[in-house]
Amino acid sequence: MLQTSDLASVKPQTDTRRDRYLGAFRWMLLARVFEEKLASLYRGGKVIGGVFLSKGQEALSAALAVSLRKGDIYAPLIRDAAGRFAFGETLLDAARTIVGSRLGPMRGREGNIHRGKPREGYYAMISHLGVMVSTVAGGLVARRFKGVKDVVGATCIGDGGTSTGSFHEGLNMAAVEKLPLVVVVANNQYAYSTPTSEQYACADLVDRAIGYGVRGHKIDGTDPQACFDVVGEAVARARAGEGPQMVVADLLRLVGHGEHDDAHYVNHALKVSPIGRDCLDVARTQIGAAGWMTPSQIDALREQLQAEVESTFATALREPLPDPNLEDWRALSTESLAEGNV
Amino acid sequence: MPITYLEAIREAQAKLLADDPRVFIYGQDVGNFGGAFKATKGLAKEFPGRVLDSPISEDAQVGLAIGAAIEGMRPIVEMQFADFSTCGLNQIINHAATMFWRTNVKCPITVRLPSGGTAGAGPFHSQSMEALYAHYPGLIVLNPATVEDAYSMLIAAVHIDDPVIFCEHKYLYYHLKAESLPTEALPIGKARVARPGRDATIVTYSAMLHEALACAEELAQDGWQIEVVDLRSVKPLDTDTILGSVARTGRLLVVGEAFPWGGVTAEVVARVATEGFGLLDAPPMRLNAKDTPVPYHPNLWGTHRPTARAICGAMRELLHA
Repeated sequence: MLQTSDLASVKPQTDTRRDRYLGAFRWMLLARVFEEKLASLYRGGKVIGGVFLSKGQEALSAALAVSLRKGDIYAPLIRDAAGRFAFGETLLDAARTIVGSRLGPMRGREGNIHRGKPREGYYAMISHLGVMVSTVAGGLVARRFKGVKDVVGATCIGDGGTSTGSFHEGLNMAAVEKLPLVVVVANNQYAYSTPTSEQYACADLVDRAIGYGVRGHKIDGTDPQACFDVVGEAVARARAGEGPQMVVADLLRLVGHGEHDDAHYVNHALKVSPIGRDCLDVARTQIGAAGWMTPSQIDALREQLQAEVESTFATALREPLPDPNLEDWRALSTESLAEGNV
Repeated sequence: MPITYLEAIREAQAKLLADDPRVFIYGQDVGNFGGAFKATKGLAKEFPGRVLDSPISEDAQVGLAIGAAIEGMRPIVEMQFADFSTCGLNQIINHAATMFWRTNVKCPITVRLPSGGTAGAGPFHSQSMEALYAHYPGLIVLNPATVEDAYSMLIAAVHIDDPVIFCEHKYLYYHLKAESLPTEALPIGKARVARPGRDATIVTYSAMLHEALACAEELAQDGWQIEVVDLRSVKPLDTDTILGSVARTGRLLVVGEAFPWGGVTAEVVARVATEGFGLLDAPPMRLNAKDTPVPYHPNLWGTHRPTARAICGAMRELLHA
């Protein structure tokens, strides 16, 4: 039975290429199954607010988190369900946040992909893109002050997010400080409806690494083995003290910006080209070629994960919702300095 | 040995660095150079590795502080001028200020803003930003007006577990001196009656305190006893002390150096009107800077913000209302 470990537990160290691959694959599949349920709940009107899925990006997302260790810092972004679970987020925490359970980590004050547990190294994003780069850098500066060695901080962003001044300032600063920071850019070709041709003029986003004074890594984001290898290397280099690493993965967003978006604007040619491959299909092929699992074993795993997702959401949906009368309506932690509400 | 407002800030930071290994300072030119105003002079040498130079990246500076605070540090970010803090506004109001409320994780950063006008500084080296930051939930906004408060309130600010916007006044940096550093202070959040009076109350803060006191001194020659209240803390605002003063005098003038729309003076008047309307013998008055950017030339700057003379003009009107 798959155990979705919580952040307090130690992740098993796997030595073999097979174990690493299948470990990551499990998180990819869990993310896919989780998001299928999420989309279904959204269509059924059970989710308040928007739903943002990561179809097509599961390999890249999982690749980063499985390379991180307990004690590292991880700031995922919008399309990182796989990475979040791989880093140790429980299905229950995720489900609770989605359905707005009062018992969730964000207590109804935030929702959706804005969830996190900062004390455990799992930072909670805000909507303004690029902001988490300098934040993770700051977390790493703190670790440096405390003499903590072998730590890595990582964050994810899309092609669109790299256009922000915040991203630029953060990566430049981290490079100056030579921090063990890994920035994974999922170049999924669209920022909402904006194609990359309207997002940047440089030939390849990875070329910016030279400008920042950091090492760049390029991947075919649809190839799970490539993702695991290259991202793993980037994390290892950061951990070894080589300074920030910028990974750019080319893939295609296989869903709308959110589930409210039909993505009619996506260029059909991209969908039928190699960049439009579904990394889960590629994984099935790679696993089959290596003889690690049979198709029916994979199907059985999928069903197992589906059952777990179903029962977790069933639990979360039965839980109480936030109650305004139980809120203290105070934004400061220092109660004596809070003015009280007018 | 007299100590200036700026030296008091430097001394406070030295004490903070010495007493608490979690404290560090991050800003432009703060390291060996000692800061644009010398607020960190000698500190990089005395505390190696604790006073770090940043690129010109206010957004990243604050972001770094937020991340460090999540991990248990107590960073001080020095903005070179308050006016440049808007380049880091998003990280302050949307990230730092919301951190605790969203995640239950405290964000003890202190952002120091060299604020306020000096002759010839112009629109982007003169601003008073307290109202902007006070508007957003999750921030504490402090405006020390005295050498003693510059020292003790900065120390208190870094000890507070919430993000603090610390508005230092540049004009006071070298012009204001005290005999010695204080050994005790009013708590954060309490206003101070800087001068007791009977006939009218001036509520003010920061450099305007000294203009208001000069005005009170002038009016005393005509027999008026003007009470002057120094807010010290813009947020939280000490409504009790303000109302207590208005209860004594019945007349209120609120003076600020910032722009007029929706500033600190508006907030004070709103509170007195809603919570102490019956205490007033006359309509409350406000005196602010003009509703234009801060001018560069001293001929224009001299009239742009309130001065002792302008305050006295308003006071005479108030006293006869």
